[in-house]
Amino acid sequence: MRSKECVAMILAGGQGSRLGVLTNTLAKPAVPFGGKYRLIDFTLSNCHNSGFDTVGVLTQYQPLELHTYIGIGSPWDLDRNTGGVYILPPFVQARGGEWYKGTANAIYQNAAFIDQYSPEYVLMLSGDHIYKMDYSLMLKAHKATQADATIAVIEVPWKEASRFGIMNTDAEGRIREFDEKPKEPKNNLASMGVYIFTWKVLKAYLESDNKEAASDHDFGKNVIPAMLQAGEKMMAYSFDGYWKDVGTIESLWEANMDLLSDNPELDLYDSDWRIFSVNPTSPPHLVAPSGKVRRSLISVGCLIFGEVENSVLFAGVTIGPGAVVKDSVIMPEAHIGAGAYLEKAIVGPLAVIEEGCQIGCDRGSAGTNADIVVVGEQVTIPADTVVSSGAMVDRLNVSLHTAKGGRS
Amino acid sequence: MMKNVLGIINLHENEELLKEITRSRPVAAVPFGGRFRIIDFVLSNMVNSGIYNVGIVVKHQYRSLMDHLRSGKEWDLARKRDGLFLLPPPDHIHYSNSIYKGDLEHFHNHVDFLTRSSQDYVLITSSHIVYNANFNEAYQFHLAKQADITILYKDEQPSPGKFFSMATLLSVGEDGRVTDMGIKSGRTSSGKIGLEAFIMSKRLLLQIIEDCVARGEFDFTKEGLIKNIHRYKIYGFPFQGYVAKINSIQAYYRANMDLLNPEVWRELFSKSGPIYTKVKDEAPANYREHADVRNSLVANGCVIEGRVENSILFRGVRVHKGAQIRNSIVMQKREIGVNAVLDSIICDKDVKITDGKRLMGDKNYVMVIEKGMVV
Repeated sequence: MRSKECVAMILAGGQGSRLGVLTNTLAKPAVPFGGKYRLIDFTLSNCHNSGFDTVGVLTQYQPLELHTYIGIGSPWDLDRNTGGVYILPPFVQARGGEWYKGTANAIYQNAAFIDQYSPEYVLMLSGDHIYKMDYSLMLKAHKATQADATIAVIEVPWKEASRFGIMNTDAEGRIREFDEKPKEPKNNLASMGVYIFTWKVLKAYLESDNKEAASDHDFGKNVIPAMLQAGEKMMAYSFDGYWKDVGTIESLWEANMDLLSDNPELDLYDSDWRIFSVNPTSPPHLVAPSGKVRRSLISVGCLIFGEVENSVLFAGVTIGPGAVVKDSVIMPEAHIGAGAYLEKAIVGPLAVIEEGCQIGCDRGSAGTNADIVVVGEQVTIPADTVVSSGAMVDRLNVSLHTAKGGRS
Repeated sequence: MMKNVLGIINLHENEELLKEITRSRPVAAVPFGGRFRIIDFVLSNMVNSGIYNVGIVVKHQYRSLMDHLRSGKEWDLARKRDGLFLLPPPDHIHYSNSIYKGDLEHFHNHVDFLTRSSQDYVLITSSHIVYNANFNEAYQFHLAKQADITILYKDEQPSPGKFFSMATLLSVGEDGRVTDMGIKSGRTSSGKIGLEAFIMSKRLLLQIIEDCVARGEFDFTKEGLIKNIHRYKIYGFPFQGYVAKINSIQAYYRANMDLLNPEVWRELFSKSGPIYTKVKDEAPANYREHADVRNSLVANGCVIEGRVENSILFRGVRVHKGAQIRNSIVMQKREIGVNAVLDSIICDKDVKITDGKRLMGDKNYVMVIEKGMVV
């Protein structure tokens, strides 16, 4: 096998349990975002745009939709004669098999995949972050400093620093200390979950970590602290730009709304750094004479007879006449019936909001982001139903969260 | 299924009335409907009908067409056996109408492609007639009638403002036999209009090519078919549905505007299957704070800050603040400057309308801004 300088490994097995009904049947990296993407598109596109053509994707939780989506990788130009994209689910071995027990264990179990390419470096990525980053520059920095590990960091607001893994660095950018979710952060440089390791160094640590029965086999909790303690050269690489980990319903909603500002921090229209995705076969969207659209992202195949404001519409959404959609995210092929009113809602793929429904409109004036309504995939909300804000509706609990309201 | 049918798309088409928009490309490669090229429709129809071996007889200026089709992957035609084949003009012909004698000469040059293909039947079409059809019904009709040739046609009723230029008009008897056929010069508003889609056995096609070329005849429709109208058993198959014949600027404009009707939009883009095209990975269209868009077809990659009404915006059009676009077609990668006004204009690719410019055409005589211009 032809050798590669660097192999990228994307951790994509996460459940994203805080995304509730949106991840009932799919892994977090497959969650739709931004009117046409899935979260993993950003990482895969970054790989392609940075010139990394050998990518392993580690999957575990609900992988069907994610596997189907990635396929042979052609949308990201990752169907290659040597290299390309490989899906790496857990597997059974002669001595018995096991699940991936942690991020480090997942890489350990796939060391043979990496060794095929005899790489000098391994790039470790998460499949569920939204950002545009040139990994080749980071690799250049890793080589220039002759580090054993380089960890990408981003400045986060001080008040949020305790949610992240915080790097304490010296003047040269060498990491001296690593605090996982510190109560009193000494710094606001957070790890982005983007690491470059010199493979032979990392491999030794993975092997010894695997023997530790008490270890969680996690990069942040175990492997990185162990490397620091042993005095390996670990450098921080500062990244300046938009980066978001959408762990919760609120952050997913916010990240979508971030795209609607007049000068969004995350530029999706930059033809030099395109975000690639599987493109549905659909015509341009049609805004009918009765339709009205303001401050929104609208994808292909939508038919708009109603009013859309400050919202993100994925492919193939129909908005019936007289319907009003505000501050919402409507996922592929969902249907919003005539006269329905939606505010601050995330509507899952193929969901149907029948006519006259009122979704999320009894919101108090407080207006916190915890009051987002989520309607799960393929859920049908019957006509003239009222769904109060903050409800999370899936196919099993439709009746619990909905009340019949008279049409006013 | 139509796996025993070879598709041939014949790009020897009359482009005279399309003027500026076919100056640098064949009609097959003319952008249409916000994200497509004209050829996408007939090619997708073939694929959706189960035809998986397609030859395209390319006449001239085919770089843009090759760039669009590439391996045929988007139409699922990048195959190990069969798939998509471009049949270019032979080397010794530096193309110009006067040297090239006609489409039959071109067919004759590619007889090997025909004989080598494993299919027993052929479906020959042009590219410039836009519709969404499954050809299988016509194929079954052809087999059931034991016809020599089956011609698809649309029985067009007069409709205000709609006309066809240089249409092939058919006379069809009650039994479905075509009794007469002719290409009408000028405009036609109704009648049995041929869709330039012919089903026949490959054996018969090869015979027509041989017979005509041997006699110094080179026009497939006029000399191959019309002259032999009584010699062969020719049937007409009526197509029910929306049809646009894109062979003039007016027809091009009208067909694009027809897409603003949700029923035409649904039918043309999905009735018998989706229309495939080359993907560009553009982000969804972005409507900004002051965007005001009504009755318009908007493709991905557009960023809109101005007013758009009764218009078609192709991929990647940028409409700046205060700009107004009415009754217009704006092709891909265009910039419409601050406070610029366009009314009844067709803007070709890569053009820039600078700030404050006002360009007015008329609905009955739209103005075309040629590719690459800065106004």
